[in-house]
Amino acid sequence: MLPDNDPRFDAPARKWMDELISRHGGDASRLLQILIEVQEHFGHIPPAVAIRLSGALDIPYARIENVASFYSFLHLNPQGEYRVLFSDNITDRMLGSETLMEQMCQLLWLQPGKVSEDGLVSIGPTSCTGMCDQGPAMLVNGRAITRLTHQRVQEIAQLIRNRTPLSDWPADFFKVDDDVRRSGLLLDNKLAYGEVLHAALAAGGQNIVDVIKASGLRGRGGAGFPTGQKWEACRNAEGNRHFVVCNADEGEPGTFKDRVLLTRQADLVFEGMTLCALAVGARKGFLYLRGEYRYLLEPLRAVLQRRRDSNLLGESILGKPGFDFDIDIHLGAGAYICGEESALIESLEGKRGVPRNRPPFPVTHGYMMQPTAVDNVETFCQAALAMHMGADKYRAIGTEKSSGSKLISVSGDCAYPGIYEYPFGVTVREILQDCGAVNTRAVQISGPSGICVGENEFNRKLGFEDLPTAGAFMVFDDSRDMFEVARNFVHFFAHESCGFCTPCRVGTSILKQTLDKIADGHGTQYDLAEVENLDRVLQTSSHCGLGRTACNPVLHTLKHFRPAYENKLKSLMFSPAFDLDGSLARARQMTGRDDAGAHLKENE
Amino acid sequence: MSDTFQLDGAAVPFEPGQTVMQAALAAGHYIPHLCYHPEFKPHGSCKLCTIKVNGRTTASCTMPAEAGLSVESDIEELNALRRTLVQMLFAEGNHFCPSCEKSGNCVLQALGYDLEVHATGFRHLYPDRPIDASHPDILLDFNRCVLCELCVRASSEVDGKNVFALAGRGITKHLIVNSESGLLKDTDIALTDKAMEVCPVGVILKKRVGFSQPIGERRYDQRPISAQALDDAPRQTGTGGSCAACEDPS
Repeated sequence: MLPDNDPRFDAPARKWMDELISRHGGDASRLLQILIEVQEHFGHIPPAVAIRLSGALDIPYARIENVASFYSFLHLNPQGEYRVLFSDNITDRMLGSETLMEQMCQLLWLQPGKVSEDGLVSIGPTSCTGMCDQGPAMLVNGRAITRLTHQRVQEIAQLIRNRTPLSDWPADFFKVDDDVRRSGLLLDNKLAYGEVLHAALAAGGQNIVDVIKASGLRGRGGAGFPTGQKWEACRNAEGNRHFVVCNADEGEPGTFKDRVLLTRQADLVFEGMTLCALAVGARKGFLYLRGEYRYLLEPLRAVLQRRRDSNLLGESILGKPGFDFDIDIHLGAGAYICGEESALIESLEGKRGVPRNRPPFPVTHGYMMQPTAVDNVETFCQAALAMHMGADKYRAIGTEKSSGSKLISVSGDCAYPGIYEYPFGVTVREILQDCGAVNTRAVQISGPSGICVGENEFNRKLGFEDLPTAGAFMVFDDSRDMFEVARNFVHFFAHESCGFCTPCRVGTSILKQTLDKIADGHGTQYDLAEVENLDRVLQTSSHCGLGRTACNPVLHTLKHFRPAYENKLKSLMFSPAFDLDGSLARARQMTGRDDAGAHLKENE
Repeated sequence: MSDTFQLDGAAVPFEPGQTVMQAALAAGHYIPHLCYHPEFKPHGSCKLCTIKVNGRTTASCTMPAEAGLSVESDIEELNALRRTLVQMLFAEGNHFCPSCEKSGNCVLQALGYDLEVHATGFRHLYPDRPIDASHPDILLDFNRCVLCELCVRASSEVDGKNVFALAGRGITKHLIVNSESGLLKDTDIALTDKAMEVCPVGVILKKRVGFSQPIGERRYDQRPISAQALDDAPRQTGTGGSCAACEDPS
């Protein structure tokens, strides 16, 4: 069945496969994790491997493509030996990522999205890689590289041409700074490992739920659901096994605080997860780490091992018989939608990350349809802190409905991008002052799916009462075209739509087309009306939050910056989307002509 | 006496475990739908059956019926939404009704007529979707696929075969078949499979029987889909039951 002459599938490769499959216990729910390892090892997922996997895991052959083709970082066809992906968030673009990608394509003689003829390299864009404070950024074979400059791009091109192994590239390229600019109760904490657990263990699970409820803690991933209520529902839900899941799929463009927490506060994250396990009665936990943060996998595993060695994980934790809990790290593979908790659970089960129908909710029917508490990285940290401080002291920080502190990821047009920790209730203006932003035109709060605030709203406060946020804070000064910002976000949503429901799958693509039409100078009033109509359809009928919020960037920028759209419009009511002259581009390329006679005159 | 909810002002009785769609159809109330099929577990992807429940929009095929719900369905706001969704599906694939052998028996087309979709509305995307004519008796024309997953569900839930699956993400999502060659001839599909009967549009076709029904005698020539759907629906309360739409009209 396996072609013996396939150079990528010789005896050592087969041995590697056997070892891989047995390490994952031949378990089909590990399919995504297996495919990620295959991708890393072979550079793509060869058909011979797919055949082997379908047999060993007892799944239909089509399931391999079904799952692999959902994730941007998995490839069924050979890619370049070096797979270069430029982070394509608006903040990367503002730092010049587009010209850097062009430069690299020229240096290596290829077009974006294509593999070079010698199979050496492929170059393309990817959704925000979470390095907005130190962009422009890229991923090379999954490894994050920051602070790109023309010189760095030249050096990288040379390393690729020389086929230098990634492990021999200058370590400086891979340096990721934490850029903590302002710290508070979370980032300043001096808790000893296991300190919170020790105290909580004596009080018991119900006590944890009571304290967290009384602390007023709400989820830090964006939705702001009361954490104590979630834990209580999960604790009370009937099931054979309960699970704790940490959502570290930090995909919202402009957000990078979880990256810093996982780097500096990994113990606190795991302490919070273990606390949750004690509260809900779970024996097993997962941390779902976005593929872009692959470089954190080994350090995080080392932390887990240290905690096992210190009896903070494993069996009879801290000597308490029956308190067994361990954590497994699952990787994502480039799918923003997996940040949605039910899609994340599907992905954990080795499937396509398609959001489930709710109800039932994960607290009763989550991972393997068992009760599951899914919380954000920062939420677990805050829960541990609230437990340590006590409900009253914790509640005294922040505002009435938003207790505690919040980590803000600041990027864009400011002197000091990075992580800022504030008590809830801080105004947009205060943050702008602290980060050294001048001539600010707008701030995008909580990423593309969040809210765009203009100058007249800078006194608004971050918190669930006013401006809820998962933490992204992208600053745009008066040199920026807010239409282009919205267009970047719309492209992002079209790329990341899972495709399950009609309105989001088709609507985001049509929205993208319409904004591109306006950008090309062919937009009319009719198109603006069409955008507003699409927004309505997406908002009322989409399956999940992605579709429902996909039109927010356009709605908000239209509200604040309508002239940015209108000055691109033709004065006509209608203009066809079909570009007659553009359609001749290929003929021009083939004939090598670009003179006036090879162009159609536009009729205005 | 069972509980009831209100649908456009009428009281609709329901059994525990029924969805709004199931209860409505059983009681003789039509809610437009495409990916819902009485014999399979609903998943709510097409969104044509979107209703307003106590002011909030949701898919009626996955919404559990509850006593006292106030449901709106046949209102202009929602019918306008449905028209736009049908336009989106037409724009997404390559649909050429005049030359399609499913014309007259096609759910998408029938929905278009019934909802009074008079114009295409959007710029068509013209995706490149090669057909698969490899099988001696079955043709797959992916150009018409609306990604309802009925064949996927039928093959896996009823036939126990997994002949069909989805691949890709977002607008690149598409139907594939379960074989290493990627061709239908190398799968274990059979003409008697449930998956052969359920395609609401013209993707899964038996060869050599096309255009056998004259215009005027095709399924939706006779009655609009809103009337047909009620004829087909299991009228006894409870879920399941067979569906007349699946019985080959030819």
